[in-house]
Amino acid sequence: MTATAIDRREALAPPEPGARARFVRRFRRQRLALAALVYLVLVVLATVLAPLLATHDPLAQNLGSVLQQPGGGHVLGTDDLGRDVFSRALYAGRVSLVAAAQAVGVAVVLGVIPGLVAGYAGRKVDAVIMRLTDALMSFPPLILAIAFVGVLGPSLTNAMFVIGVIFAPRFVRLVRGTVLSIREETFVEASRSIGTPTPRVIVRHVLPNALSPLIVQVSLTAAMAMLAEASLSFLGLGVQPPDASWGSMIERGFRYTATAPWLTVFPGLLIALTVLAFNVLGDGLRDSLGREIRRGS
Amino acid sequence: MLRYTVRRVLMMVPLLVLVSLGVFALVLMIPGDPAITIAGENATEAQIDATRERLGLNDPVLVQYAAWAGHALTGDLGSSLFSNESVTGAIAGRFPVTLALTLAAMLIALLIAVPAGVVAALRRGRWQDRGATLFASVGISLPNFWVGILLIMAFALAFPIFPAVGYTPISEGVGAWARGLVLPGITLGTAVAAEITRQLRGSLTDTLQQDFIRTARANGLSARAVVLRHGLKNAAVPVVTVIGFQVGFLLGGSVIVERVFGLPGLGDLAIRAVLQRDIPMIQGIVVVAALIVMLVNLAVDLSYGWLNPKVRQA
Amino acid sequence: MTEPLLVVEGLEVEFATDRGWVQVLDGVSFTVGRGETVGLVGESGSGKTVTSLAVLGLLPAESSRITAGSIRLDGRELVGLPRRRMEALRGDELSMIFQEPMTSLDPAFRVGDQIAEVVRRHRGGSKRAAWARAVEVLSTVGIPHAERRARSYPHEFSGGMRQRVMIAMALSCEPKLVIADEPTTALDVTIQAQVLDLLRAMRDEFGTAVVFVTHDLGVVADICDRAVVMYAGQVVERAGVDALYEHPRHPYTEALLSAMPQLTARSGRLATIPGSTPPAGAMPPGCRFHPRCGHGVDACRDTAVAEHPLAEGGTSRCLRVSDLALKGSA
Repeated sequence: MTATAIDRREALAPPEPGARARFVRRFRRQRLALAALVYLVLVVLATVLAPLLATHDPLAQNLGSVLQQPGGGHVLGTDDLGRDVFSRALYAGRVSLVAAAQAVGVAVVLGVIPGLVAGYAGRKVDAVIMRLTDALMSFPPLILAIAFVGVLGPSLTNAMFVIGVIFAPRFVRLVRGTVLSIREETFVEASRSIGTPTPRVIVRHVLPNALSPLIVQVSLTAAMAMLAEASLSFLGLGVQPPDASWGSMIERGFRYTATAPWLTVFPGLLIALTVLAFNVLGDGLRDSLGREIRRGS
Repeated sequence: MLRYTVRRVLMMVPLLVLVSLGVFALVLMIPGDPAITIAGENATEAQIDATRERLGLNDPVLVQYAAWAGHALTGDLGSSLFSNESVTGAIAGRFPVTLALTLAAMLIALLIAVPAGVVAALRRGRWQDRGATLFASVGISLPNFWVGILLIMAFALAFPIFPAVGYTPISEGVGAWARGLVLPGITLGTAVAAEITRQLRGSLTDTLQQDFIRTARANGLSARAVVLRHGLKNAAVPVVTVIGFQVGFLLGGSVIVERVFGLPGLGDLAIRAVLQRDIPMIQGIVVVAALIVMLVNLAVDLSYGWLNPKVRQA
Repeated sequence: MTEPLLVVEGLEVEFATDRGWVQVLDGVSFTVGRGETVGLVGESGSGKTVTSLAVLGLLPAESSRITAGSIRLDGRELVGLPRRRMEALRGDELSMIFQEPMTSLDPAFRVGDQIAEVVRRHRGGSKRAAWARAVEVLSTVGIPHAERRARSYPHEFSGGMRQRVMIAMALSCEPKLVIADEPTTALDVTIQAQVLDLLRAMRDEFGTAVVFVTHDLGVVADICDRAVVMYAGQVVERAGVDALYEHPRHPYTEALLSAMPQLTARSGRLATIPGSTPPAGAMPPGCRFHPRCGHGVDACRDTAVAEHPLAEGGTSRCLRVSDLALKGSA
């Protein structure tokens, strides 16, 4: 008897706050994902506060103290032009994070809109959009990025735009899938039948439902975008000197592998940790949401 | 099975057309006048006109596409703007290196991923599982050029076991050839190994809970036979799909790994082409890469027919 | 007199849950003679499937444990037998047929190969000989064109035919004991009858003892010699099939009988037993059935009930066994 009463009370409660509280509770239990989140916040803070934290001017060359080992006046040593690696890493982190954010932004914009259209428009439009998505996905991503950058000319903005385009199909598929499943739901049917215009249906029903999987995908895509940026910059096709990203710092340090390993080890470690943090955070978010999505369907 | 194969091959045609359109469109995307870009900043008006004529840029776009696609179908991808070398020839000359690197990476990835995935699925929740999961997370997060540099520091400089750079053709000895591929193979294979481990763990865990696994055990088949025959074959479909996806990643990654280890493969060719803005060469490489990915996807789809007999009728 | 083929004595099994180890079988005992067919009857949650999995040594190793009792097959103790020795027995001396014919065969292998694999595991010999044996058993269980059908994959068979394949696989090495866990539940009524006929014919042909696990007393009447009725992890009644139907000696058996659809009139409303089986770990004190029993008295609430041996053979786990006259079905 009491059990049914409780069930009924739960059923009457609005689902949203309950779901959110459950999500927060579940996410709190994911200690690794929490640690990743804390790490990411710290990295973002460090790069934002780079001017305060940097011990040296990141661009100041000092040919009197090139390739200094870590320790002494330079926490992480100096590079081949005598620049302070720690200070450079702070500013380079800014470049890397902004670049990743830019690629993710492009992917979300270019993914969500065609995804909504594919889900809502008729079969033919849907088929065309999905074929195009398939075609885009049949190119090896990095090769495609290199080709585009080759044509457009090497620059970080070009590179990140291309990376965003390449990751857009993931969002197209995700949003289209959400639209297709939401369209069948009774509450959407109901609001359509009373004449709610499509844009309002999208804003009120589709986007809120797509939000959680979108956030997961954003985190995982950010990880891939960071790796892609690092790779392109390592190849000299991304950020152009005197600017630096973590990837281009490794490119520069690569020439001194034998004599100054710290030039590659530290920036690489930063990339690896940050990418890992995005991946762990994405997985943690997905696990906190996962069963809920299944339960809802 | 034959009908399935034919249908699947025919499905590639529209995709090929789309891909070729996309690759062709690369030229159209060159900012400004492609003829100037291609002839060079300091070219004379006459040189630019000659270039425009040579590239057929005066023709309508569709005619240009038809000419380019027609040649591509016969295996003629044009010639380099710089060396006049045929693009097809250049690609063919570099292909064996990239193929060897990619196969080495896939082999190493499978050697790591299959045992790791199986052990993780069998020892779910225990330290073996946690170790494999950790490897899977870390493996996809490491920048592969960094892994390569660390490997060079460790196994070529600190302990000179393997060569740091360079490629020994197989004609100069299988041993030297293989030794030269170990570090690049590990570098390129780590992320793939991580991805396959993760997928295999998941799909094998699901498979081992199926009723037919219980039937096999109820009839006395050993734990080993159950996992290796019935478990792996049924868990293979999603894993093979992931392996197919990874081929695209391997081709992209080979660009970087070839740079790190100084291997004269397709990736090295691609970088040169990009830095020189050698458009026909870039187009050729992208077409070949897309074609490889499509053929691999075809092979993956056909393997479903063997792995899952139901697909054959469909 | 030598011991019966299968002797289960005082079997206790626990499962791991969030709240620690919870007992799911409490002192389960029964025997099966050579060539005999015994029904193991109860609702879901009664422990009948756990009992059969325990006999085959198929309980999940990490999340379950046998804490007491003995399982002997042909005089050999199976509890605590090393894994490899148990594997060698399964499929050879005892085997199991499962409920879901649609999912219990491996979709990725030809049925002939799946049977041949079992034959080679236990009998050795060439692949060709094992394949021939597979074709032979397939034709014995009534698969037409067995030679050709052995090359088919499970999805190419109907549900009834798949269950025949399962039976062929279980019988391929002529085991002494087969446990059939609801082998007909998932099938159409007409196919059910055919499969039961087949099981009966196989029992007669191979002299195999059968433990028939089911919730359907109608099926038990059809095929079994004796019945063991289970409720909430305990055996509540043991009797010959005729005695059980005419004079059930436990209220739970009576309730099962009254819930049984009449074989003659399958239409109409099914009577059901009110309430449901208590979950493991939350057993009521006293008689476990008393909350759902129509004959309960105060004493049922707090006295744990032992199995009472009956004059006519069999046992009943009811306090009021001597003063209740329960309704049979005949």
